[in-house]
This record gives sequence, structure tokens and C-alpha cells, in this order.
Amino acid sequence: MLTKLHLLKPGQLGQVVRISGEGTIKRRIIDMGIIGGTEIKVQKFAPLGDPMEIKVKNFNLSLRKSEAALIEVEVE
Amino acid sequence: MLKENVTVALAGNPNCGKTSIFNNITGARQHVGNYPGVTVERREGTRRFQGKELLMVDLPGTYSLTAHSLDELVARNVIIDEKPDIIVNILDASNLERNLYLAVQLLEMESPMVFALNMMDVAEKNGEKVDDNLLSEKLGVPVVQTIASRNEGTDILLKTVLKATTEYQSRPFHINYGSEIEGKITELSLALKTLTNVKYPLRWLAVKLLENDQDVYQTISNRSEGQLVLALVAQNREYLKSAFQEEIDLVIAERRYNFVADIYKAVTAPHSHMAQTVSDRIDSILTHRVLGLPLFLAIMWLLFNLVFTMGDYPKDWIESGFAALGHLVGQYMADSDLKSLLVDGVIGGVGSVLSFLPNILILFLGIALLEDTGYMARAAFVMDRIMRAVGLHGKSFIPLLLGFGCSVPAIMGTRTLENPKDRMVTMLVAPLMSCSARLPVYTLLAAAFFSERTAGTVLFSVYFLGIVLAVLMALIFRKFLFAGDSEAFVMEMPPYHIPTIRSMATHMWERGVLYLKKAGTLILAATILVWFMTNYPTNIEYSKDYDQLKEAAEAAFTEQVAVQVLAPLQLGKVEDNAALSSLISDIKERKVADNWPEKLAAEDTALYPYAFSYVDGEEEKEDHLKQLEKEQAAEKLSNGYAGQLGHLVEPVIQPLGFDWKMGVGLVSAMAAKEVLVSTLGTIYSVGDVADDNTSLQDALANDPSFNPLVAYSLMVFTLIYSPCFSALAVMRRETNSWKWTGFTFLYSTVLAWVVTFIVYQAGLLLGY
Repeated sequence: MLTKLHLLKPGQLGQVVRISGEGTIKRRIIDMGIIGGTEIKVQKFAPLGDPMEIKVKNFNLSLRKSEAALIEVEVE
Repeated sequence: MLKENVTVALAGNPNCGKTSIFNNITGARQHVGNYPGVTVERREGTRRFQGKELLMVDLPGTYSLTAHSLDELVARNVIIDEKPDIIVNILDASNLERNLYLAVQLLEMESPMVFALNMMDVAEKNGEKVDDNLLSEKLGVPVVQTIASRNEGTDILLKTVLKATTEYQSRPFHINYGSEIEGKITELSLALKTLTNVKYPLRWLAVKLLENDQDVYQTISNRSEGQLVLALVAQNREYLKSAFQEEIDLVIAERRYNFVADIYKAVTAPHSHMAQTVSDRIDSILTHRVLGLPLFLAIMWLLFNLVFTMGDYPKDWIESGFAALGHLVGQYMADSDLKSLLVDGVIGGVGSVLSFLPNILILFLGIALLEDTGYMARAAFVMDRIMRAVGLHGKSFIPLLLGFGCSVPAIMGTRTLENPKDRMVTMLVAPLMSCSARLPVYTLLAAAFFSERTAGTVLFSVYFLGIVLAVLMALIFRKFLFAGDSEAFVMEMPPYHIPTIRSMATHMWERGVLYLKKAGTLILAATILVWFMTNYPTNIEYSKDYDQLKEAAEAAFTEQVAVQVLAPLQLGKVEDNAALSSLISDIKERKVADNWPEKLAAEDTALYPYAFSYVDGEEEKEDHLKQLEKEQAAEKLSNGYAGQLGHLVEPVIQPLGFDWKMGVGLVSAMAAKEVLVSTLGTIYSVGDVADDNTSLQDALANDPSFNPLVAYSLMVFTLIYSPCFSALAVMRRETNSWKWTGFTFLYSTVLAWVVTFIVYQAGLLLGY
């Protein structure tokens, strides 16, 4: 099923299909190693619901939901 | 080619242990400055090794080398402009794939390089094995294993660095971006070859131009033949965009990552990346849905109390130490301008510079602890939602909180914010948090004009007003001064780890020295300026001849003694009768000690009335002299430069309900806001109010130009108007710009005027 990263639940895994958007934010996401095919696991959401924490390529990353919404993922 | 000096640039991701390695190599032989024109810090150090002098430059920690962020731009400009002899790229072995992404970008710049494969211990604990020989072979770069936290591998690293500088053959490094992109790279490289005197590798330039790198774009467009090349670039970018249906810079970045992924897979054994680590387990508590916020607030409470409660003890010691020193020096010098300059200006100034030091050292110890353990990123994670609502970053919370203690550490604390826009906005609004130096002003005015029942509400409303204004101003600055693309929040959550005492001590020491050197000199200069303005000019025409009046008081006393004491006892002077003079000193002593025994020292009670008459007369004279001195000091201040300034600004502050006296107070309180209290003390001729200001409260309450509304307006103005000189000096140092320092002074003073005007005029309308 194709969805967006910010809609995943904690503990859920997904594989990056594509990253929409443009400019600095998109470049930054790619520079952190999130590209097509990358595996992502959602760790948790912050106490106030935003931002969220994910696990990718052996490290943890936090990003705002608005940024995660740019990342399209495939979940089983 | 054997050189005596070798320049080494240290590059690497944030949190890869770069600073530890830098400290291991240079020890204490390092200093911190700024890159010209920007706020990015430049850390340099030296090390003598095997007869060579190594000059180490610690580049900003970055994930990539784009022109999107200042840190990345600075890092790569050092490599291009300063041409270090060699780059040491520190790779976090436990996070190799992302670290290699930066490594290959450095390799594309074709500088000689050595890899320091750091944190091998952590990697092994995570079950990751790295084949360092294969890595070295694949990328053509010598690899040295290090464990920076235990200072292991440092010497081998340095040996390899020296060996590499003599033997290293710089060889072109190619990532294959695929035939279509490669074709365009070749085409552009050929076009670039026509440009004369290019200091960049051509292939790198071509790739960067395809990536639409604004910095490289500018460099090329400044050249006469550059426009031709740029036309070709635009054409090629268009072509590739339609070929890939995607922005070409992103395609290039992805291919680069794919190249890295291949190497990563080759040099490591496959294992799971998604396992829950110890860090994740700690996080399950510290950023817990319910516990996360309370824990964060508890940690902040602790930090605040550590900085201001614990720091205030040494602060008090330093302050009273310098007061004692001033007193001591004062005793050994005759009254003169020089004495006044030395005691009130220099010693007082140095004292006020040093008195901030304990707070600053503890603050940076606390910040180092939060950063080095990895909690800082979690704090930002927890607070981001709230702070973003006002256009700030999660990390802005800590400096703003510190603002309630003192603006100086608050402004210095904005260093934790990496994004320059967030940092500037935070710095600009931090002084609106009501610092503790403003509290004495509030309490004085509240005690004089408000009942005990309402004083608390009044105080709270002032603090609350500060917060509201900070929020408003942050939103306004964000919208109008620092608009445009908001930067990505995307932030690494580094694994928790136990910080080394050494790294924290280094951090603390460095900040302390920086504060003393850069801000301290400015604060000292400002203190001397205020001393000058309140003490000069000296040739004031007083309304009364104080010297003559003092002499007259002395003469009156001498006369009184002669008539009432000496004549009846038939003495020439008091000392002629030993019993009388000992009785007098006895009475004085006991009066001071407030203890009256039945029997005084003298046997002869007949002397009592004379002794008392003498003591009373002397007391009267002293009181009279003190009164004259206070009046003279008030007149001197009112006619001095500060006073003149107070009179000068009177028309401007009249609509706020203030007169020139408050003007003088506000002008001198630029040195430090609590100075307002002591200045008012001088103006109202109530003398030193350092310990007890009830007499000043009475004087204010009796002044017809004051009333509760004026007092409240004065509190509001004190809250908002220009940060004190110390805060401005630190601001100058942190922004590296007089422009922003001047702006802060201006905006806050104008804002103070506007808000106070509204408060005062509304108060008048409401009939207060």
C-alpha cells in the first residue's frame, strides 16, 4: 500500500518510493540518506504529536510531520 | 617536497567525534574565532609532531557540501580557498553509510585525504564489522582506526597524515553518474577549460553547476566568459530534467548515495539496522508521550537553578571581593579623579565583567552536558511543537528560559541553534525575558506604590508582558526580517552517551575565555563610559557653595564645643582632659553598639553632661555634612553628562509620564538595569541604597511627579528598553555585527516607548 510517512504508526516499517516537494527541505532529506528504496521505521511521535522520530540507515532522525508528508512510502 | 608546516583540515558529520579528535591532537593549543563576516565558528589548533608543525583547522560538522547551508559552504570554501595540505575525514564507523556520503563529496573535490574510522568500539557493540582495508582500497584513501573517546589511534593517525602529505598522489575520483549525466559533465568540463585561472577541479565545478549550486554559479557568472558556460548549464539542466522527469540535483544526490550504498555493502557484513538500541530504550522514557514534557521541564528547572542559584554564590563573592578591593585602594589614595576612575570605573568594571563568569561557566557546563549526552536534540524534539507556533525552533526554548536569569548567558546559549535565522530571532527576543537584574527595579517601585496585596499581580503582569512581547516580536521578525524558505527541522537524534570530563571542561573553559576576551573588554569600556558620564564635567556651578557650607558646619561645631564644653571646664582642647576624651569615645562606641550599661568608664559623673553635649554636637554636624554631600551628589549627577542627557530626553519621555530624573536613571541603567535603583537613590539624595532602600521608597512616594501609574510605566519601560551594555557586548560578539547590535538597541527602545506610551495614556484615560 502506498502512503505517506507521517501517516505511519509507531513501530511500522516502510520503504521510500519517492520524495515530493522541492528546494532546501527536499535536498536536506536526501542528504540525510532518505532516497528511493531506503527502509524507514517509525519510532514515535513527540509528546505534543509533532515532530516524529524515525530510524533510517542505522541512525535516528527527527522531522516535522509536514516534512515527513513529502516522503511517499510503500508499506506491506 | 618536505615542508616544515603542514595544514590539516578536519572534516566530518556532526556527532562523529571530530571535536574529540581535534582536542586529542591539539590539547590546549587551540583557539576559537569566527570566519570573516559570518557567525560560523573557526576552531584552530597546533601540534608539533615528528619535527613538523601541524596547523589543524576544525571544519564545521556537516552532512553534505551543498550551498544550502552556511556551515557546508564555509567547510568547502576552506578546502578550496585555503588549500589545506591534507584533509582528515572522520567517519563514524557505527554510522558509516551516511558518513561516507560526505566522504565521497570531499573526494570529488580532489584534495589529498586520510580517513579516521572512529567509534569502532560502538560499531562493534552494535554488531557492525567494517573491513577497513577494503574501504581504503575501494576509495584509494589511507584508513586509520581511532577511538577518540579513549584517545586511541591519535599517534598513528598523525603518522599516516604526515606520510600521506609526502607520498600521496592526488588522483581524480569519479562517481559514475550514468551515461546521460556523464555526457553533460564532460561537455561542461570542456567548456570550463576555456576559462582561465580556475582554482577548482573542473569535474567538480561541472557537477556543482548541474546541481544548480548558487555559490559556484556566482563564481562563474562573475567571469567575463562565464555567461557562455552558464547558458550551456541551463540548457543541459533543462535537457536532463525532461529526461529524468526530476530535478537533476536530486538525481545526482541520489546516485551519489547509491554509489555510497554499494561501497557500504561491500565493506560491512550484512546485519539488521532496525534493532532497538540502548539509546532507544532511554528515549522510551525521556521522550515518552506523557513523561516527556514533565521530565524536560524538570531538567530545565535544574539547569536554571544550577546556573543562577549555584552561580550566584561565587558571583556574590566576586562582587563583594571587588567592593572590598575598591575600598582598600580607596583608603590608600587621596580623593582625586584618578581615584574615582580607578575605584568606580576600573575596579567596578572588572568586577562586573568577572561577576558574570560563574553563571557563564556553569551554563556552558550544563549545555555541554546536555549536548554531549545527546539530550539537547531530545529537548528540541519535545519542545518543537510549541516553539514553532511562534516561528522558532525547539532548541530556542533553552536560551529563552535562561533569559529570565540573565540575558548574557541567554544570548550565548543561542549557539546551540544551527540555523542562523532561528538563532538570530531567538537572540533578538531573548532580552524581552525579564532578567533578574530588572527585579530590584520592580520591587522598589512595587513596594513604594502598590499594596502588598497587589504587588504580586503587578510583578507577574510585567513578566507576562515580556513573554507576550517576545512571542509577538518573534512572529514579526520571522515574517519581515527572516522570511523566505523556512529551513528543514530534519535533525539527527544522536545516540546517548556518557560525556568525557575533558570535553566538557574544554567546552566550559573555551566559552569562559571567549566571554572574557571579547565581551569582557566591551563591558569594561561601557562601565567606564557610564562612570565618566555620571562624574563629568567636574566644573559644575552648584546652586550653593557646598565647600563653604561644609566649612561653616565644621566651624559651628568647633564653636559649640568651645562654648559648651571647653570653656566651662577651662580646657584648651578635649584631649587635655584624658577622662573626658575616654568618656566621649566610650559613649560613641556604646552608641554604635547600641548598648548602655549602668556605669560608663569615667568615675567622675560630673563630666557626663559635657561628654554627651560633645557627642550630640558631633552627630549633628555629621548628619549635616552627609545631607550636604547627598545634595551635592544629586546636583552633580543632574548637571553631569548623564544628567544633561536625562534633561535632553525629558521631552521625549514626558508622554510616558517620566521626568528628567527617571531619564537620568534610565540612561545610567544602560550599564546594568539594577543601576536604576542606585541612580534614583543618588538623585533623591538618599545616599547609598545598596542594602536598604526604604528611605528611597519614601522619597519616591513623596515625589509628586510619581504615582502608581508612572511607577508601572517605568517598570514596563525598564522591562523592554535596550538590553544592558553587557548584553549588547555579548550580542556584538555572537552576531559578529555592529549592525544587529545597533538594531537590537534601537528596536527594543522604540518598542519600549510605544508600549509604555500605550500603557500610560490608557492608564490616564481610565483615570489612574
